[in-house]
Amino acid sequence: MNAIDKTITADTEPEELTGAEIVVRALRDQGVTHIFGYPGGAVLPIYDAIFQQNSVEHVLVRHEQGAAHAAEGYARSTGKPGVLLVTSGPGATNAVTGLTDALMDSIPLVCFTGQVPTHLIGSDAFQECDTVGITRPCTKHNYLVRNVEDLPRIIHEAFYVATHGRPGPVVIDIPKDVQFKKAQYQGPANIEHRTYHPQTKGDPRRVEQALELIAKAKRPLFYTGGGVINAGPEASRALRDLVRLTGIPITSTLMGLGAFPASDKQWLGMCGMHGTYEANLAMNRCDLMINIGARFDDRVTGRLDAFAPHSKKIHIDIDPSSINKTVRVDVPIVGDAGIVMNDLIAGLKAKGTKLEFAALKGWWDQIGEWRARKSLSYRQADDVIKPQYAVERLYQLTRDRKTYITTEVGQHQMWAAQHFHFDEPNRWMTSGGLGTMGYGVPAAVGVQVAHPDALVIDIAGEASVQMTMQEISTAVQYRLPVKIFILNNEYMGMVRQWQQLLHGGRYSHSYSEALPDFVKLAEAYGAVGLRATKPSELDAKIKEMIAVNRPVIFDCVVDKTENCFPMIPSGAAHDEMILGDSGDQPGVSEAGRTLV
Amino acid sequence: MAEPAPKSAYFMVEEKAAVTKRTLAVIVDNEPGVLARVVGLFSGRGYNIESLTVAETDHLKHTSRITIVTSGTGDVIAQIKAQLGRLVPVHRVVDLNIDKPGIEREMALVKVAGEGDRRVEALRLSDAFRARVIDTTHTSFVFELTGAPSKIDAFVDLMKPLGLIEVSRTGVVAISRGAEAM
Repeated sequence: MNAIDKTITADTEPEELTGAEIVVRALRDQGVTHIFGYPGGAVLPIYDAIFQQNSVEHVLVRHEQGAAHAAEGYARSTGKPGVLLVTSGPGATNAVTGLTDALMDSIPLVCFTGQVPTHLIGSDAFQECDTVGITRPCTKHNYLVRNVEDLPRIIHEAFYVATHGRPGPVVIDIPKDVQFKKAQYQGPANIEHRTYHPQTKGDPRRVEQALELIAKAKRPLFYTGGGVINAGPEASRALRDLVRLTGIPITSTLMGLGAFPASDKQWLGMCGMHGTYEANLAMNRCDLMINIGARFDDRVTGRLDAFAPHSKKIHIDIDPSSINKTVRVDVPIVGDAGIVMNDLIAGLKAKGTKLEFAALKGWWDQIGEWRARKSLSYRQADDVIKPQYAVERLYQLTRDRKTYITTEVGQHQMWAAQHFHFDEPNRWMTSGGLGTMGYGVPAAVGVQVAHPDALVIDIAGEASVQMTMQEISTAVQYRLPVKIFILNNEYMGMVRQWQQLLHGGRYSHSYSEALPDFVKLAEAYGAVGLRATKPSELDAKIKEMIAVNRPVIFDCVVDKTENCFPMIPSGAAHDEMILGDSGDQPGVSEAGRTLV
Repeated sequence: MAEPAPKSAYFMVEEKAAVTKRTLAVIVDNEPGVLARVVGLFSGRGYNIESLTVAETDHLKHTSRITIVTSGTGDVIAQIKAQLGRLVPVHRVVDLNIDKPGIEREMALVKVAGEGDRRVEALRLSDAFRARVIDTTHTSFVFELTGAPSKIDAFVDLMKPLGLIEVSRTGVVAISRGAEAM
């Protein structure tokens, strides 16, 4: 080939790029605009490629776990996959908690990890670890890239796997020599996965059976989960249509909040261990349970042998392994929540099966009685801020804005779920399955990166927040005005609550000793610190927090011993719930005490 | 009187349902780590593996066939199939007891050492089992034996008093009956 021919082919044929350049180019072609990461020896070539371009913006976190949770927050608030880039060894192992969290909550992530050069793999080289071995059980899939020629295909496949079917995290481990080597780049078009083709359309015979059950039901109930949110905004719209068309009451898991508006009269509130009285009693007494994108988690079902004992069950899930995993169902429908719901709507309309509120009147009357118990009420105080009141005020003072809430894990998380009400999907980011303390701060960073002008609040506890609070520094660096709203009760509150109820009040290591002064801490980071200690000053301080266009740590000093109710003690059924002390309701009864 | 249940954050149950044995054929992409994925799934979720064999069966498509003999309650077996099915490199999972009833074979190499009557008896029994002698010295035989796992168990038991030294078994391979592919 002469020189002229060579120039011609160079223009028409795919370009030859280094592995590091392929990573950045593939990210651009996948529509990725932001990645979260932390550099190190084994990813330096990729960082060099990032330095030399402008299409992908890198957000430097302070710990790789933060990168993973930030990517999760980004993914959950946008519906797009979150991307992180970490180095080999400790970079990869630090990301493991976030990867596991994403696996449990079905969040699409693509995680690039550096690896020692191919010839050093297995030699216990500096910062070497068996990343694919370690991450195999905590990812949906993972790859070790041994040949740079495979890299473009693997990256595009990874994005496909992370976002199709039940979403989840995918790791791509790239040895440093592969990052230097050159190969022809191949774009995302024409890449078809050899094996992974999840079923999205529900079996029409099953849909038909479901329609028959819906038409016959006297006490039906929708029980929805994170699968509806993962199925995209169309699925949330379909859910609203389906629920309103049928007039059937609806409850949701922690993960599913926002898919159906909490302000709607058909909404019963969250179900499960700290769900509302009406939602859990409806779960217990329904004759038809229509599960859409939820997985019968043990925090929802309570005692399995007493779970919804008189009901037929329909289960719509994109993951066949969710069907009959813990609870046997009568009509399983494997498919995408949105597609199946649209089929159900079309079926109901075609049959003219329109369930009127009137037809379900007896059921709604019963639900009305349960609602009248006002299970989320609590005893108000003048001298001390009740944590529920703090969340309630936060909700009231932010409800007119585009507000995104993240949380840590514990009592504050449950109070947030109970007292902050969501009318839209993708506004609520919380660690459900894994229950990861430390999720909220980095997740808020990720959400704020995706939505720079929105109000992003991490409803936190003083114990959880200390697990990842170094990410405040990330927020300050990138001028991300996240609000860390700490319900500070000086205890690992949920641990303390369980110790009170289950372990004879022996508060073993659950007191938050030697707490930092959060206001000074905020100032030390270059953020804004605020503190409220009395109900009378709460509103003004919250308004001040909202008005500040900088990161804020809000130390909300609350009642130290408040418990989170209602509560289904574990090992109990849904109708054996402990209700709170609301002033007009009895507190934990003697009978209730023996249950916990 | 029954002991009170422990106070716990989790609901405790005792398994009561009957356990059955199943043979599963799993067609996978022959890529690095795929066997670790399958084995890790079993250990991670607490499933049993009684036997596992694997080899590439289509060199052009680079697909391997894994034969797994497992046991569990009906619900657990259904979960195992669903969990295997959602591993990304898995093409297909076929239950060779239910979906496509199959036949099973296993091969064993059995070393027996002894002299005199014991040696003659070992050779006589091996003939009855249609085992082949593939190595011999004046004091030993290595038998090659193929059959259902129960047949191999029986042969090994018979060899014990006759000077059984060592056994190597392949684990079960299985295929569906009839003219159709599974």
